Amino acid sequence: MYEVIAFYLFSVLTIGLFLVTVMSKNVLYAMTSLASGMVLIAGFFFILGADFLGVVQLIVYVGAVMALYSFAMMFFDATKDIKEKNTSAALVFLLGGMSALVLVLIFAAPIHSETIQALYPMHEGVGNAQDVGIVLFTKYLVPFEVAAVMLLVAMIAGIILAGKKMDDSLTEDLDADDEIYIQLKDEK
Amino acid sequence: METTLVQNLPEVTAAGVIIKAIIILAVISAIAGFGTFIERKVLAFMQRRLGPMHVGPHGILQLVADGIKLFTKEDIVPQNANPIIFKVAPVITAATAFIALAAVPVFPDFTIPNWIPLLGGVFVPSIAADVNIGILFVLGMMAAGLYGPLLAGMSQANKWGIIGSARTAIQFLSYEVVTGLSILAPIMLVGSLSFVDFNDYQAGGVGSWLIWQQPVAFVLFLIAGFAETNRTPFDLLEHEAEVVSGYATEYSGMRWGMFFIGEYANMITVSIIAAVVFLGGYSVEGIGWLTIILKVAFFFFLMLWVRASWPHIRPDQLMWLCWKVLMPIAVINIVITGIVMMV
Repeated sequence: MYEVIAFYLFSVLTIGLFLVTVMSKNVLYAMTSLASGMVLIAGFFFILGADFLGVVQLIVYVGAVMALYSFAMMFFDATKDIKEKNTSAALVFLLGGMSALVLVLIFAAPIHSETIQALYPMHEGVGNAQDVGIVLFTKYLVPFEVAAVMLLVAMIAGIILAGKKMDDSLTEDLDADDEIYIQLKDEK
Repeated sequence: METTLVQNLPEVTAAGVIIKAIIILAVISAIAGFGTFIERKVLAFMQRRLGPMHVGPHGILQLVADGIKLFTKEDIVPQNANPIIFKVAPVITAATAFIALAAVPVFPDFTIPNWIPLLGGVFVPSIAADVNIGILFVLGMMAAGLYGPLLAGMSQANKWGIIGSARTAIQFLSYEVVTGLSILAPIMLVGSLSFVDFNDYQAGGVGSWLIWQQPVAFVLFLIAGFAETNRTPFDLLEHEAEVVSGYATEYSGMRWGMFFIGEYANMITVSIIAAVVFLGGYSVEGIGWLTIILKVAFFFFLMLWVRASWPHIRPDQLMWLCWKVLMPIAVINIVITGIVMMV
């Protein structure tokens, strides 16, 4: 019974919050509602008994991805509304509607199939993390390693892009005191 | 792998969990309030001052005076601020701090005696939500806590606030890495993410504490814990001398008080994690629960001690420490732990 109540509560809240994310013109509202929607999605994992994935959702999406988004948002004035440039309402409607339709079809398809069963079912009495680990390091080892290599490539690229001026310190080369001293000298 | 506290315990009911949640809220808020008094007294004695002395014997009622001040202060929302987010931000800090406490063992479990009407016979568990990935849940919830200062700083239309929230983002994101990596080595040794399993692993007395096997991880976790709870020497978020009060610049009254309670609750959470993961935690028999309270109290005192002894550090030193010193050490520690376990 609790699961049903929690499921409907989380569903309504998640959809509502993501609607705010899409509809709002204010950066702060969009960001806050997206982050809280991510937290609520972790709630679905907990209802399904997938504790480990729920916590991973929390740490990765809420703790890391959204935090980086919001770091980028610091460059805007978060208290003002944004003027959006909508190119063509009809095109947006068509594309959005089509992707929504495709998504609904994809996720509704399993309703008509009775042969679907879990290939790697949960083991009784074994923790969530162990189950995920076993599947990850046997069946999905290659995608896992490829993902690791991709992350490594992204990290090296990031260091190269950002690292050109890494040795010049912003604080060490010229102290604030020296600057004032130079200014005073110029004025004389 | 069984992760229940003791095998023959009564079933945990919804009423028991609700009672537990109320106990945690009440006691931790009270401790947070009392913590401010302790902090001022300890700092004062370490700096050869007296601290609060006038309200009550040795200033013990200063706590009440502070409470009255917080509750009755005028509540100001700045003109150009975004009022909704401005009001939500302190709640995020306090709420995530308390949600994190749901998955850690706080106080022993007990059954309410039968002669109490209505609630008699209800079993109150020691962990409100005994998920078997407790440690990850607590770390994740503390990570979500960064939205409090972040949104507070961005919504208040104040330049100090923006700087404060930018510092929040970089500091919390960086030190999350160190916390996770440092605690990974003990997790590898124990082979579980449950606080109960950690406790059982170290049940053999002082000699079996994980701190002797993982001293490096312990020190790294403590340093990162200081940064994650925004304590000196890493309290750059509200560094008075540089950014007025950082993200909390425009807050007053109880909204500011909620940031404060959240910070103290986080200090207690980090202390409990350190005590359970590295210092043997609690034991169920006898005075076993007193030992974990002593350990938590020691870590709390350590935070005040460090605050009295060390100056702030610069933001660039903070980043240098995290990415060039702590993180490599944590990774090397994990590799060595793995090699030792395999050989």
